[in-house]
Amino acid sequence: MSPPPKGMEVEGDRSGRRSSRKQAHKAEGLVGKHGAQPGQKERVRGSPRPRSPQRKQTEFRICREELRGQERSPAMRTGESRRKRDGRASFKEQRASPKKDKKVLRKEERWKKLKKPRSLSLASSTSGVESPYSEEELAQILEQVEEKKKLIATMRNKPWPMAKKLTELREAQEFVEKYEGALGKGKGKRLYAYRMLMAKKWVKFKRDFDNFKTQCIPWEMKIKDIESHFGSSVASYFIFLRWMYGVNLVLFGLIFGLVIIPEVLMGVPYGSIPRKTVPRAEEEKAMDFSVLWDFEGYIKYSALFYGYYNNQRTIGWLRYRLPMAYFMVGISVFGYSLMIVIRSMASNTQGSTSEGESDNFTFSFKMFTSWDYLIGNSETADNKYASITTSFKESIVDEQESNKEENIHLTRFLRILANFLIICCLCGSGYLIYFVVKRSQEFSKMQNVSWYERNEVEIVMSLLGMFCPPLFETIAALENYHPRIGLKWQLGRIFALFLGNLYTFLLALMDDVHLKLSNEATIKNITHWTLFNYYNSSGWNESVPRPPLHPADVPRGSCWETAVGIEFMRLTVSDMLVTYITILLGDFLRACFVRFMNYCWCWDLEAGFPSYAEFDISGNVLGLIFNQGMIWMGSFYAPGLVGINVLRLLTSMYFQCWAVMSSNVPHERVFKASRSNNFYMALLLLVLFLSLLPVAYTIMSLPPSFDCGPFSGKNRMYDVLQETIENDFPTFLGKIFAFLANPGLIIPAILLMFLAIYYLNSVSKSLSRANAQLRKKIQALREVEKSHKSVKNRATDRDSGDTPKSSKNSTQLQITKPEPASHSASQSQFLDKKAQDTGTTSSASGTLLPASQHLPGSQPPGVKPDSGKLQSRTHPWRSASGKSAQRPPH
Amino acid sequence: MGSKQTVFTHEQLEEYQDCTFFTRKEIMRLFYRYQDLAPQLVPLDYTSCPAVKVPYQLIGSMPELKDNPFRQRIAQVFSEDGDGHMTLDNFLDMFSVMSEMAPRDLKAYYAFKIYDFNNDDYICAWDLEQTVTRLTRGELSAEEVSLVCEKVLDEADGDHDGRLSLEDFQNMILRAPDFLSTFHIRI
Repeated sequence: MSPPPKGMEVEGDRSGRRSSRKQAHKAEGLVGKHGAQPGQKERVRGSPRPRSPQRKQTEFRICREELRGQERSPAMRTGESRRKRDGRASFKEQRASPKKDKKVLRKEERWKKLKKPRSLSLASSTSGVESPYSEEELAQILEQVEEKKKLIATMRNKPWPMAKKLTELREAQEFVEKYEGALGKGKGKRLYAYRMLMAKKWVKFKRDFDNFKTQCIPWEMKIKDIESHFGSSVASYFIFLRWMYGVNLVLFGLIFGLVIIPEVLMGVPYGSIPRKTVPRAEEEKAMDFSVLWDFEGYIKYSALFYGYYNNQRTIGWLRYRLPMAYFMVGISVFGYSLMIVIRSMASNTQGSTSEGESDNFTFSFKMFTSWDYLIGNSETADNKYASITTSFKESIVDEQESNKEENIHLTRFLRILANFLIICCLCGSGYLIYFVVKRSQEFSKMQNVSWYERNEVEIVMSLLGMFCPPLFETIAALENYHPRIGLKWQLGRIFALFLGNLYTFLLALMDDVHLKLSNEATIKNITHWTLFNYYNSSGWNESVPRPPLHPADVPRGSCWETAVGIEFMRLTVSDMLVTYITILLGDFLRACFVRFMNYCWCWDLEAGFPSYAEFDISGNVLGLIFNQGMIWMGSFYAPGLVGINVLRLLTSMYFQCWAVMSSNVPHERVFKASRSNNFYMALLLLVLFLSLLPVAYTIMSLPPSFDCGPFSGKNRMYDVLQETIENDFPTFLGKIFAFLANPGLIIPAILLMFLAIYYLNSVSKSLSRANAQLRKKIQALREVEKSHKSVKNRATDRDSGDTPKSSKNSTQLQITKPEPASHSASQSQFLDKKAQDTGTTSSASGTLLPASQHLPGSQPPGVKPDSGKLQSRTHPWRSASGKSAQRPPH
Repeated sequence: MGSKQTVFTHEQLEEYQDCTFFTRKEIMRLFYRYQDLAPQLVPLDYTSCPAVKVPYQLIGSMPELKDNPFRQRIAQVFSEDGDGHMTLDNFLDMFSVMSEMAPRDLKAYYAFKIYDFNNDDYICAWDLEQTVTRLTRGELSAEEVSLVCEKVLDEADGDHDGRLSLEDFQNMILRAPDFLSTFHIRI
């Protein structure tokens, strides 16, 4: 076979070789991990060819590879220099320092080439550098681009000064921008670029959205302000208040959207039926302020209360099933609250799993984490200094005398005494409330009672709520707990007080309800008789039907549901007013007095007796929780209650923020809130459960009033469910529901749930045990390591130079594992040596090239290793790139 | 927004957002805080990156720092040549590290530097003494201080070389429940 003319030969050769090259690369992709040099491999593949093309091919390849090497270098260099700066394993710079202008020029050239389709590059041999990216290169660039991207994403985590971060960032971005388009080729390229663009847009959008979200959190600045002045414990109250506000907004939306607004828009209007009309006897006074203030008169007969709603199954053109909606909303208020409380509790506990380590590092933690960097107020700072000093002293004392606790008996005695006193207080207050409620029932039977007698219950309860907590606090001073623990005790006690109050109040209310229920039958009769007599009375023209009785004249029952609702409404409002007045008098006026009378007083008011008030965390938190319990209980009977509560929370947010900032001082012993406010949440959950009970009881076992409310005329309130199922669903569904309600099915279901709870509980127990054991093991390992290190440290002083390095590496928060890094380091050093002598070759490539072209030709094809070596020598870049591409993926 | 954009170019803001934990708005706020410290010194145009330094006396008087016993150390650690005078970049760096979003490792690295008073890459007994004295305003007696330092070394020194290396410190701070919540400055 005679060799074809030169140009053609080259052309044909190249096209032939191209395919072989490709194959080679593919094979390389498979086998390449073993570190074989790509050039060598090609050689072996090419070997069975006839000699002369082989020679030409080699010549050409050398030339081409040379060009390629030069051309590829900028990319390598940037990667290289970056790597070096990263402090990872670095290639040493092989050539003289990169000439900037040249580099840029080459890059541009390359960029242009990139834009041409691949096939075009076949055309000329002089340009030679067709298809600048082989697959392995692409893979490598891809890897680098990914690395850069990772670097960009984690840039803010690097412990570098800003200037360095900025330059690194710019470089990385430049790199990514330059090359990420190259990764997709042909048709995919545009799509790839588009996807990159979208990704960028997406990142930007997410960032903006996050900005927006943080802006949307209400009162963030106010709370931060308070936190920096009063510490996190006071701020935790406000955060809790904000959370509560959010929950109430949702409840408000539910009730207003699904009950009140449909009723107002589509229900029969005011004055059309007796339950929606003020009775004749009350009509005169119905608009008086004093009556309205007590939620009587027009307010009582409005959509804010249960009694206003009609028992029509459907209302309006939407055929909206209002009684059903009323019932379901009442249930879902509880459902939603339960769900949200439990969810936030769960998410709080997840953050606080790593406890129990603190006893090992008492002093270290005190030393390095006790200063709260948030403190930006000199008073708070003073307090913090004092508390740190005392806590250090306490720890020192503990450390010195951990064995002997001389005062243990005294402390115990005092604690028991304190608890005894507090229980006495609780019992007393409980009795007082019961007494007052009984009395108020008597008052309610009498006519024209005074204002005090009407509001006695509320007044007494508010007074108790005002005076008991400080009393408890005084008593608790006997106990000498850490303030954080003390706060919990205090919370628990006041909670018990409020709970006792609430329950006595409820029991009394229940008595009232039962009384009203027993009267109901007679009233029902009276109503019937009145109507009957009205329509059948003689002396009226029989032919003309009588106009119906005016709704205001119809005698009606007492509607106990509305009465309960009114009771809760009054309690909420009076509670709110008492809170505000307490703040105004107790905090603000006191602060004013202390501040301004200090100029002309015989002793120092600010430091002495009255001084300024501290913010009462426990009282406020419990007030909030207690109030929420009222809302939960009352919202079924007074749908408008939630609206009032939303207003209350809103105003108290602003009012209390102002009061705290203007007239309170930080606590004497500043303490951090426990990290999760799960204690608050637990109390809230308890209150939720307790307030669920009476509502469930009334729904399930008391008959609703016969002439008011959406369930009037039914035997029980839940009958509305049955009615809906029977009338609105197909019959088989009704059957299914009836089947599901069968006790034979419910009891096994409950049993199953119990079993599941038992199982999960035991699983969690065993897991926590395993956790504890693991922790112990880690502890033991640490001890062993400690002793090892101390031995080693003395033995090999030389190694100590290495450890800080590695530790520094780890602090740079990079994701490289040390093993591959060191691997490539040794490789690169090896390559480096080679590269240096190639450096001399290629620097004089223009003159040296012809000589080297002859070299492989003169050799017999059998002597492949030599030429392979030569090739690898001439193309250090290729081998380097191959190596780095073959690095084990990590 | 128009007036805000003139302080930095859009790219600068983007870069700062990439390099810190702040949003655009926060960066602007931080800039104005910085500018407020020395209105006659700091120009309102940062598009050309002027090399302006605000002296430590002004940095330390910020309400966020003025009550901090370690304010001088913080300023020194974050300033370029350790003298506490800060450029805007240093300033942003400082508050980025101290921000809520910064990861524990980064915070631990800088906390170590802050507590390493003599800059020898180890927290030695002398550094510890300095820390305690600053924390308590010198209200502990000398024996108490030395006892505390001894206890700290005893607890946290992993390799028993009588001083805390960064590794020891990270090891210890990893377990601290309050570190993240206390080692941060709101601004």
